[in-house]
Parts: sequence; structure tokens; C-alpha cells
Amino acid sequence: MLIVLLQSGVAVCHGKSSDEREQSGAAALSASLQEGQTLYLAHCSACHGPGGEGGKGPTLALPSLPRAGTDEQLRRIIRGGISGSGMPRSELSSEKIARVADWVRHLGTRPVEKIPGDISSGRKLYQGRGGCVQCHTIDGIGKAIGPDLTDIGLRRSPDYLRMALLEPEADIPQTYSGYNRYLSLRENFLQVRLVTQDGRSFFGVRVNEDTFSIQIRDLENQIHSFYKAELTELHKDRGKSPMPSYRDAFTANEIDDLVAFLHSLIGRRTSR
Amino acid sequence: MNPCTFSRSLPVPLLFAISVAAVGDILASEPEVSYERIRSSNTEPGNWLTYSGQYNGHRHSSLSQINTGNVFQLKPAWVYQSREAGKIETSPLVIGDVMYITEKPHIVTALDTRTGRPLWCYRRPPAEGVPACCGPVNRGLAVLEDALYHLTFDAKLLALDLQSGRLRWEVSVADYRDGYSCTVAPLAVKDKIIVGISGGEFGIRGFLDAYDARTGERAWRFYTVPGPGDPAFGTYEGDSWMTGGAPTWVTGTFDPELNMLYWGTGNPSPDYNGDLRKGDNLYSCSLLALDPDTGKLRWHFQHTPHDTRDWASCQVPVLVDAQVDGVPRKLVVQANRNGFYYVHDRVTGAFVRGVPFIPQTWAKGLDAAGRPIPAPHSEPTPEGNLIYPGLSGATNWFSPSYDAANGLFYVQAQEEYGMYYYKMEAAYSPGRNFEAGGTRPVAGEEPFTIVKALDVTTGTLRWQFRMEGEARGGIVSTAGGLLFTGNAEGAFFALDAVTGKPLWHFQTGGQIWANPITYLSGGKQQVAIAAGQGIFVFELP
Ligand code: HEC
Ligand code: HEC
Repeated sequence: MLIVLLQSGVAVCHGKSSDEREQSGAAALSASLQEGQTLYLAHCSACHGPGGEGGKGPTLALPSLPRAGTDEQLRRIIRGGISGSGMPRSELSSEKIARVADWVRHLGTRPVEKIPGDISSGRKLYQGRGGCVQCHTIDGIGKAIGPDLTDIGLRRSPDYLRMALLEPEADIPQTYSGYNRYLSLRENFLQVRLVTQDGRSFFGVRVNEDTFSIQIRDLENQIHSFYKAELTELHKDRGKSPMPSYRDAFTANEIDDLVAFLHSLIGRRTSR
Repeated sequence: MNPCTFSRSLPVPLLFAISVAAVGDILASEPEVSYERIRSSNTEPGNWLTYSGQYNGHRHSSLSQINTGNVFQLKPAWVYQSREAGKIETSPLVIGDVMYITEKPHIVTALDTRTGRPLWCYRRPPAEGVPACCGPVNRGLAVLEDALYHLTFDAKLLALDLQSGRLRWEVSVADYRDGYSCTVAPLAVKDKIIVGISGGEFGIRGFLDAYDARTGERAWRFYTVPGPGDPAFGTYEGDSWMTGGAPTWVTGTFDPELNMLYWGTGNPSPDYNGDLRKGDNLYSCSLLALDPDTGKLRWHFQHTPHDTRDWASCQVPVLVDAQVDGVPRKLVVQANRNGFYYVHDRVTGAFVRGVPFIPQTWAKGLDAAGRPIPAPHSEPTPEGNLIYPGLSGATNWFSPSYDAANGLFYVQAQEEYGMYYYKMEAAYSPGRNFEAGGTRPVAGEEPFTIVKALDVTTGTLRWQFRMEGEARGGIVSTAGGLLFTGNAEGAFFALDAVTGKPLWHFQTGGQIWANPITYLSGGKQQVAIAAGQGIFVFELP
């Protein structure tokens, strides 16, 4: 459902502009690149966005990919996936993998989107008025109610970042690391409300759950663990986010500044 | 209650207000572990804050809910299985109701001690091609303030946020391509993280490091193979010091009052052919006492000068205050891989006593200064010489335990365990194996393992408990009159600490090659041990 939203909503503008570009250069688009595009849309776009702008998976529309500097590395990642992460291995033949890889490279040759905002003003908003540090971490500093933002600039396109600030509930992201597979959880940052038998209520995001127990992180960053048998109420607010929308809190310029700051966070991916 | 817990005065996020219940079922309710808390960790036995539980290395707990009277009822509370294949050697930390473990590198996981469920997990792709003798194992973490410290197999020090496992910083300790690796649990001392190194089979130049806990900046490095200018320089012939080994791969201990750090060093490189490094080879196979602020050497003692049998002194040096000949002394004791039990004055380093704790064939005894008097045929030869103890030693890295209340030192040892040691020629090449020899087992010999209880100051045997197979398990003793340990067959068991009588056992189904711990979960005592690729946790019904 979230992916649908991405494709039909936010990505529409993205899709449009890239379509236009595509059409103008359609004649130049060789049959093999077209095949790559078709394969990409079928096998990759659900996670990386139709234009490579990022979704569950990171932005691929970059001139150089952090972990796929060479074509050989890129093909190897597509073939083998990234173990312990949400990046699956591909069952495609090696010819088809080469086609997809070419298309991924093609996405990276598109003109880089210009970000209007000011990075240092954005950083101030992040640290100050935005209250972002109450819920996010950069380099492990801050709180872990929302996703780590250390390398968000690599993982998300500027459009996606803007959406995250204006409409946090448009897409509740999966975290990147092996966390998902590891904890056998389908989603993270699931907003949870619950009440214990002795009448105490709790609110937070789920960190783990099994048939008998649930663990949540409250807005003070404290982790709580409950056996479900001890609860009288348990609500999972799917599609809801504790992150407030900043649409009314910030001016359009301030949103630009925040987006510029977030876009500049390209973390330590390279050191991995 | 620690004053540094997460503040209750946290500003409500902008535009957002929701009432949050303040208490109840909170895990890790005291998430900041100050140096002061670690220093006085004996006052909070519900937690397990350092590798050995306390700076003194006793691995003893004052908890007694589980005791000789009820231990027979002990049953599993939960089991955590790693998603990665491979044995776990981690010694967990416990803070509040959260256990922190390392799994086959590079994974750090936080577990809810009540339900056994993971709360977060930090992982990164395993480094490939790290040269190491004994596989990608890891022995655990250090905690200081609100961060955990983890050493990766490819020799990086990481700081992780204690509450989320998110990476704060990482620094390179050494280049793994040159044969350096890390398996040791770091030790937090004051504002520094003390870090040891592995690679004794690869011609590394060993060292012990300290890093600023906040920034990751290196504060000092002590080379365990000294260079020109050091008084001990020249104990490796020629240039052989440059590839002289002496790694530091078992977590040491610390005396806050004396401000002294105690750390054992490993074998000189190459392992078996001493002709390639004539001399005593300081500071290999030694116990070092260092100033933790500066890394300056206060004293040293070499157990096995010019070792050729890989008898690393990488065992936890246990700090003991006890009477010797009627005089109260500050001691450091160590049951060494070479088969001797050593007692030293930990202030001056003066040798007090050394006695064999297993039958050995390499030394006629120790002289008045503690230096071994070599027996004939105790060196490797090209054909191989039968020497006792064998390669993995009389004991090894797994922790002993000391119960100050009864003055007994508990250790897992191996007997009837010899090997033919042989030597070969070898040339050093960075990152390549540099052992210059090897070992062969004795046909038909079946070594066995014994838990021994020694009088801490004399090394006299008080009782022993015999098992099959090789020694591998560390020991935790408790004020419940018990000691817990495990073995290669997968048995985890409790012995009566005074008599050595077995009182309870459980078959985990995986080999135990790790140290047990004990702590409280929601006020209830639990005992935990890594076995196979899992963590097993036990409690009373
Ligand atoms: C189910 C979701 C999903 C699908 C489908 C998917 N990916 Fe990924 N991909 C991810 C995630 C998540 C990551 C990031 C993994 C991480 O951070 O360790 C990723 C990472 C990558 C990277 C590494 C980028 C870098 O950091 O250098 C490349 C390249 C990539 N994907 C290409 C593809 C291609 C091409 C396809 C289609 C054949 C594809 N992916 C399909 C989720 C997906
Ligand atoms: C009350 C906690 C809270 C606050 C305050 C908050 N966030 Fe979030 N944020 C979250 C949560 C939870 C998520 C994940 C669910 C979602 O997408 O809404 C999230 C998601 C995001 C994402 C998407 C991350 C991804 O991996 O796709 C970005 C970007 C982001 N937040 C930025 C910010 C910025 C910038 C601020 C401050 C202006 C901020 N957040 C304030 C809780 C918060």
C-alpha cells in the first residue's frame, strides 16, 4: 500500500519529469537499455523507486554508488544481494543482470536535482526548534524513536525527504540494517499504544514482538517489555507515525533548509 | 538510582504532546554506567558491568537466591540462538534488564533478560580474509556511560549507543592485512577504553592500546615488544623484535586504588622455532602492570622466557587481598597455560610463589625469582619432542573464579595432555602464517579436564572434579555456595563450591567455550552461558 502511494503520489512528479527527459532521448535509448528499464521497473522499482529515487532501498540515481563503484561490484550486488539486509539476491540471468546494471548506471547520469535550501540553517533547525534529536540519531547521538539519519542523504532522494517532513505518515520506512530479518519483524517504527492490567498506559514504537510478548520504545527512549497476558489493551497504529508533520510549523524556506541539511548527510557508508 | 539516567525533563517534541507513563517494566532503567559504578560494581550484583564482573577479575557474585539447597530445581528461562552459524564465545554484560552480547563478528545484540527477545541488533558485513589462528570469535563488550565498545575481528574499535546500538564512531586499531585481529572484550577504565590485539601466529608486533571513550582518539600505546631505547630492548636477537608477537588477547584487570592495570601477553612469534628470535623475548608470555593513564610500565614478570610452545600468559590476572605467612598482602594470581600457578605482590611485582597445578615435563621447577629451570628435551625439535602440557596448555583464556569468602581459586585445567612439538624454518611475510613449526597429538592419549579448587595463596589442591575432553569453560562462583561451569560436551553444571560435588547439570547440545555470568532479571537471579551458537539462561521455577 505504501509502495502504491509512492508510485501514484509522490513519485508522480518525479516520474513525469523523468518521462519527459526519456521521451526527448527516446530515439537514443537503445533496445538493450530499454530492456534494462523494463527489468528494473519489474524487479527493483518497488524498493528503489521508479526513477531510482529510493524507497525501502537507497537512492540509486547517483553518479557513483557507495558500494558499487565499479560495474563489476554493481553486478555482484544485484546477483548476490547484500547479506543480512533488505536487499535480496536476484534470480535473473547474468545477461539480464548486466542489462539492469546498465539501467542503474543510466539513472545515475541524469542531471542531479538542485536543492534550494541552506545546509547550516537546516542543521540549526534540526538541532533546535525542530526537536528532531528527541527522536533521531546522527552518528549514534540522539534518540532512537525514529530511524538513524547518519546517511539519509544517500538513502533518500530530496523529494522523499520533503515528503517525510510534510507527511510523515505517507511512508513508514523499514530500517536498513539486518535488523528486520534478524528480528523477524515485517516493519519497524510501528506505533503502539497499550494498557497494562494494573491500568498503566504506554505509547511508543515497537522494537520487537512475538506471540507472547512485545517490546516498545517510548518517547523518552526507554525500552519496555510486556507479556501480552499482562495487557488489557494493545493497539497497533499501522500507518501512523509519532513524528509530527512540519507543514505548518516551518515555512517553505525552512523546509528547504532541512531538506538540504538531510541531503548532505552521507554518513559513513563508505567506511563499511 | 543513578543521577545520569535519561532526564525526565525532556522537552516534548515540537507540536507533539502525549502523556507517557513514567515507570514500570522499564528495561535498562539506569542506562548510564559511570566509571564510579564499574569501580564499585560489587555493590550492584544484579548487573554484570565488565568482562569479569568486577575490575578485580574474581568472576564471583554475591547473589545467593540460587544456592546449594535449591539449585537442583534450576531450569532454562530462555535460549537465544544466533542467526549466524558458528560458536559464540561471548561473556555477556547485563545492565538493568538488558543483556548485551556479541555474536560471530560483527554482531552486537541487546536481549530482554525476561523474555529473551532481541531489542536491537547492530551488525555489519563480516570482513573477509582476516588472517587469524582460531576463527572469527569475539569475547564480549565494554560499557562506559551511555556507550558500548566493541572490537571487530578486522581490528576496529566501535562505539555504539547503548540504547539503540547505533554506531557513534569507529577507529582502526591496526591493519588486519598485516595479521592483526581483535577478539578480546575491551576494558573501560576511567575515561579510556583499553584494547588488546591478537595475531601471535602472524608475526605481528604486539601492543596494548587505550582510546578516549568519547572521541575514539588513541591516548597511548604500549608495545609489548619494545623497540630501541626500552630497557628490555635486545631480548630478541637482531631485527626479530619487529615481528615479535606478544599479543594481548585476554581482558586484564584493574586496581583503582593502586591505579594499576594488569594484563597478560601471548607467545613470541614465530611460535615454535626459537632459533629465529634468540633471547628471552620480553615482554612475551608475561604479566604486565601498567599505569592506565599513561601506558607506562610499572613492573613485569615473564612466566615463560623464550617460549617455544605457545604458552601465552593470556589468562585473567586475578587480584587478591590475602595473608601470606600471616602478613596481609595485595596479590595478583594467575594459573598459567605453562602449568604453573603464580602468586605475585601486585604492588611491586615481587614473586611470592609458583607451583605446578598439573603434571608437566618442561621445567624442573622455578628458581627463587620465579624463573623456570628448564628440563632436558623441553624444546621443539625438527622431529618433534613430547612435552607436557600440550598446545592449548594447562588452562587457557577462559576465566577462573575466586571466592574471597573461602579463599578458593577455581580453574578448569587439562591433564594427561601432551604433544609432540616440532620446529621448521619459516620466513616472515605480512599477514601470512608465521609459526615455524607445529604440534602432533600423542596417539591413544585421551586428555581430560578437571575443575580444580586451589588454595589461593599456596596453590594447594583442595578438591577436583574430573570430566572428559578438553578444557574450555570459564567459571563463575556465587555466594550461594556454588560454582557454574561448562564443557566441550555441552554440559553446563553446578558444583558445590566447598566440596566439588556436582549438584545440577543441563545438556545444552552445543560445545561450551565461554564464561558464565549471573545477575538479576526483574529481581530474580539468572545464570547465563554461551553454548554452541546460542545463549542459555537459567532460573529457578
Ligand atoms: C525488497 C526491496 C529491494 C529490492 C526488490 C531491491 N533492492 Fe536493492 N537494496 C535494498 C535495500 C534495503 C538496500 C540497502 C541495503 C543496506 O543498506 O545494507 C539495497 C541496496 C542496493 C544497492 C547498493 C547501493 C549502494 O549503497 O551502493 C544496489 C546497487 C541495489 N540495491 C540495486 C538493486 C537492483 C538493481 C535491484 C533490482 C534488480 C534491487 N536493488 C532490488 C532493497 C531492495
Ligand atoms: C516524536 C518523534 C519524532 C520527531 C520529533 C521527529 N521524527 Fe522524524 N521520524 C520519526 C519516526 C518514528 C519515523 C519513522 C516513521 C515515519 O516515517 O514517520 C521518522 C522518520 C523520519 C524520516 C524518514 C527516515 C527514513 O529512513 O526514510 C526523516 C527524514 C525524518 N524523520 C526527519 C526528521 C526531522 C528532520 C525531524 C525534525 C524536524 C524529525 N524527523 C522529527 C520520529 C520523529
